[in-house]
This record gives sequence, structure tokens and C-alpha cells, in this order.
Amino acid sequence: MELLPVLNYLAFFLVFAGIFAVMALGLNLQWGFCGLFNVGVAGFVAVGAYASALLTGPPEPERFGGFGLPVAVGWLGAMGFSGLAALVVGLAALRLREDYLAITTFGIAVVIQLVALNAQALTGGPFGIQSIPKPFADALGTGLGWNLAYLGLVLAVLGLAWWALERLVASPWGRVLRAIREDELAAASLGKRASAFRLQSFVIGCMLMGLAGAMYAHFVGYIAPEDFLPVLTFQIWAMLIVGGSGRNAGAVLGAVLVWAIWSAAGTLIREALPAAEQARGAALQVVLIGVLIAAILVLRPRGVLGERATVSRHAG
Amino acid sequence: MLQLIADGLVVGSVIALGAVGLTLTYSILRFANFGQGEFMTWGAYLAVSALAVVLAATGAGVMEPLGPFSFGWQLIVAMILAAALTAVLALLVDWLLFRRLRRGNAITLVIASFGAALALRNLVQFLYGTLPEYYTREIQIAIRLVPRDVLGGLRITPDQMLVIGLTLVLMLALQGLLTRTTLGRAMRATAQNPALARVAGVDVEGVIRATWVIGAALAAVAGVLAGVVGQVRPGLGFELLLPLFAAAILGGIGSVRGAVVGGYIVGLAESLSVPLVGAEYRAATAFVVLIGILLLRPTGLFGERA
Repeated sequence: MELLPVLNYLAFFLVFAGIFAVMALGLNLQWGFCGLFNVGVAGFVAVGAYASALLTGPPEPERFGGFGLPVAVGWLGAMGFSGLAALVVGLAALRLREDYLAITTFGIAVVIQLVALNAQALTGGPFGIQSIPKPFADALGTGLGWNLAYLGLVLAVLGLAWWALERLVASPWGRVLRAIREDELAAASLGKRASAFRLQSFVIGCMLMGLAGAMYAHFVGYIAPEDFLPVLTFQIWAMLIVGGSGRNAGAVLGAVLVWAIWSAAGTLIREALPAAEQARGAALQVVLIGVLIAAILVLRPRGVLGERATVSRHAG
Repeated sequence: MLQLIADGLVVGSVIALGAVGLTLTYSILRFANFGQGEFMTWGAYLAVSALAVVLAATGAGVMEPLGPFSFGWQLIVAMILAAALTAVLALLVDWLLFRRLRRGNAITLVIASFGAALALRNLVQFLYGTLPEYYTREIQIAIRLVPRDVLGGLRITPDQMLVIGLTLVLMLALQGLLTRTTLGRAMRATAQNPALARVAGVDVEGVIRATWVIGAALAAVAGVLAGVVGQVRPGLGFELLLPLFAAAILGGIGSVRGAVVGGYIVGLAESLSVPLVGAEYRAATAFVVLIGILLLRPTGLFGERA
């Protein structure tokens, strides 16, 4: 077997796993630490991807945007716009029953998908946005070297996000989050405003999703509405649930595991089914993820690496 | 204008039927079931299969249309079979999944319903493929009820009128069931306070089963009706999920009357928004309605409790 294609595929696989891991970390901050059920992951990822593509891309006469800004500005912009979208949703839904957030985030993802499909002048419509700049491609070309360099960049962002989140949840702020998740009334009686903490955690989590979306856009170089279908949301949820919510290590491990299962199932279906049945096979791949979510919830609710129960030494 | 209202009433009927099941499971099982739309899809597709079986069993190759409608009696039989099978499917999902999670957090149930919805939708796509199906190829002539010079006129097919009529009949029957029978009283008692209902001798597990049967059967009927006035597609239920939630919350969770009124309001809002924002953004209307009600009156129009 040739070494080069294998290395190339490995780099490709790990870049995607890293990008998914950043999304899963964002979701873990919302669900694992704060109990917020976000069903619109794909929507916030899409906002980040489109924002960065429009900020950094080359000018396009048919379409808005293409400001040709540096990639770093695009990534910051992606976080900004996703955070803004999260702020709007959060302000409307977070003060209500917890499952209303699920329904509202589901709705915003549907609307973002509609805008991506139909607002031709902004998003390029069904054809999406092409020629999104690839950072350092001038120096490294687009071969294995570039893939490895991008992998390094993704891992650096992942590490940074991990470090920042670990610091954040170990801080007094993180303790309040967990206190609210476990017992809102007790936290409120200590003078902690649950709604404000929830909103902060929701917005920061969505900013990470937007950043991951931008990393995706600049790796592939091309985005279209069908990259951000609800199945993406399901995948990220499967990652968090399989890995174990409440721990950052669980989120990252889940991202690698589920992405590996997904890719393997895809390859298997491609090999096993004739060309005419491929579309139906792809549906089976999604059934697998759905069953996986359900099975883990029933059989191993804490996931592979779940949060350990913290019980006071004085309890008892 | 009149035409848009009529179209809105037809869409609203389908939404209302689905939303009633959603609001019942929401208030009695206490979680937002993201799988409700998939029961509609399964109902519509099970009716496709049941219709084929009924046609084969009676030896009739094609359906003879019944009166002014585009379909024959075979579709009615197929719809009843599909409703029964969808109810069995709902009970099966409950037995396999939701029953085991009921003790835990309500949000765990929502995630589980999310996974179940995903699996169910893609299973349909795997079994039936992605191409749309039709119950009948019969072309129906729309009847002109109002001449063109009065408010733009109104044309409606007998099928569409049947959809509206059947929805209203089913809703009245359900309202009667909930208010006048022992089962209905037990269901309302469980919705209000499960622990108290159990102490009073209500068989809560039985009530839960009845809720699934009613909710899924109504969803299946809604799916078949959506197929009668449109196409049967794998995305049928998923695309209606947001309108269903908007209708159920607009009406107030737990209120059957509210879900029906909410269904018609969302249907009309979608239909009337088309000239304003264009058909491609029609689906966003339900979201606007949802955000509006959450900001202004989160308990809904007929909400019984916060």
C-alpha cells in the first residue's frame, strides 16, 4: 500500500474530527455544564461558515461580500456572528421552560437553512460559495503539506478551546453553571441569576460552533446549504452523548469515535451496495446514528467518559 | 385573498391534526416529542402499502373514484389500517425507548425522541426511496365557489373540502372523548398531576398507551390527508414539525382546542405570508409565529398552566 494516500486520508480524517470536536466542546458547554438543549447546532455552524466565507473571500459581482480580509479576521467574525444569532435566540427562549429552547433552536436552524438556500445575493443560493481562501496555500500548495499544516492549525484551535473551557468551568463561573444545572432554586437562593449565566454559556457555546464552521469552510474551500442539514446537529449530539457529556475529554473522544463509526459505515455501504442503491444506503447511515443515540441513552446514559458524580464530603 | 384563506385552512387542518397529538403527548408524557412529524410520514407511507395490499386483495387494479373525490373506498380502508399500524409503531417506540427513560430528566426524553425521529425518517427513505408517491393519479377539477370578481374568487377541490371537514369531525370526537369518557377524565387527571392520579386509582401506564395510540393515529390520518392533497415524500413530516410545535405552543400545551385553533392560525399565516415574502420563505412563518407567542404569551392562547 502506498504511504502517501494513507497519510493524506489520515490528515483529512483528523482535520474533520478536530472540527467536530470543537463543535462538540461548544455543545458540551451548553448541555454538559448548563443543561441547555440546543437542536440548532447546524444553524450556528452555518452562520460561522458563511460569515467567514463572505468576509475573506474574493469579491464577487453577483453576490454581497467578498471583502478579501485575512482569514483570522474571518474566524473572529464567524464567532461574532454566531454569537449574535445565539444572543437573539437565547433572549427569546432561555427565560422559558427548558424544552422551549429546543424547539426555538430547531426553528432557527430551519430558517438559517432557508436563507442559505434562497438568499442568492447573500449566500449564493443552492450553489453555495466557491473559492474560499485556504490559509498558507500560497506557500504550501494544496497537497499533503497543506493538509498537515491545516491539521496543526485545527489542533491548535482545539487545544486552545479546550484550555480556555477547562479554565472557565474550573472558575467560580463554571461552578455556578453546574450549580444551576443541578438545582436552580438553590443557586438562585445564593444570589446567582440563572438566566444571565445560561445566556452566557449558550452564546459562548454557539461562538465555538461558528468558529468550527469557519474552519470547515476554509478547509474544504466550498460551502453549500446541504453541508448544514439537521443531520450535522444529530452527529454532534451523538458525539457528545457517546463520549459522555459534562467532560471536555468525553466530547473530544466522542467526536473521534462517532466520526470514525460514521466514516466506516459510509465506506462499508459504498462497498456493499450497487451504485443505484447508494442514496438509500446513505439513509441507513443516518439510521445508525439515530439508533446509536437512543441505545447509549438507554444502556449507558453517562457515555464512555461521563462526568463523575460529585458528592460533598459532608453529605451523608 | 379568499383563495389564500382556503389554502391556509387546508394546510391548517393537517397541522391541527398533528398538533393535537403533539400537545397530548407533551402534557401527559411531559416532553416535546420531535418524533411526532415522523408518525405523519409513516402513516402516509403505511397507507401507500396498505392501499396496494387492499387493491391486490380485492382484485381491483385501479381505484374507482368515490363520488366527487379522487380516490375510492380502498383508500379509506388503507387510512384506517395505516392509523392502526402507526399506533402500534408508537407503542413499540415507547416500549423500546421512552418507557426506559421516563424516570430520568425530561430533556433526556427529548434527545431520545430526536434520535428516534432521525432513525424513523431515514428508515422510510431506505424502505421506500426518495421519489414522491401518490395514492391516485386521478386529476380533480376544482369547483368554483366564489366568482373571480369577488375578492379574487375561490376554487377548491372536493378532496380539500373533505380534509377540512374530516379534521373538524375528528376534533369534535376527540373533545367528546376527553370530556365525557372515563378514559378522557383519566388522561386529563394524569396531565394535571400524575402522582395524584395514580393515588386515585388511575392506571397511568394505560393512560400513556392510550395517549400514544390517539396521538399517532391522528398523526397518521394527517399524513394521509397531506398525501391526498399533495405528495407522499420522506420529508413530509419533518417539514411540518416546526408548524406543529408552533401550533401546539400557540394554542397552549395540553389544550386540544388550542392546538386546533393554533393549527389553523399557523396554516393561515403561512398561506397569507406567501404574497408578502414569497413561497420560498413560507416555512419561516411558523418560526415567526413561534417567537412571537414565546415573547408575548408563553402559556399560549388557551394555556392551562405555565
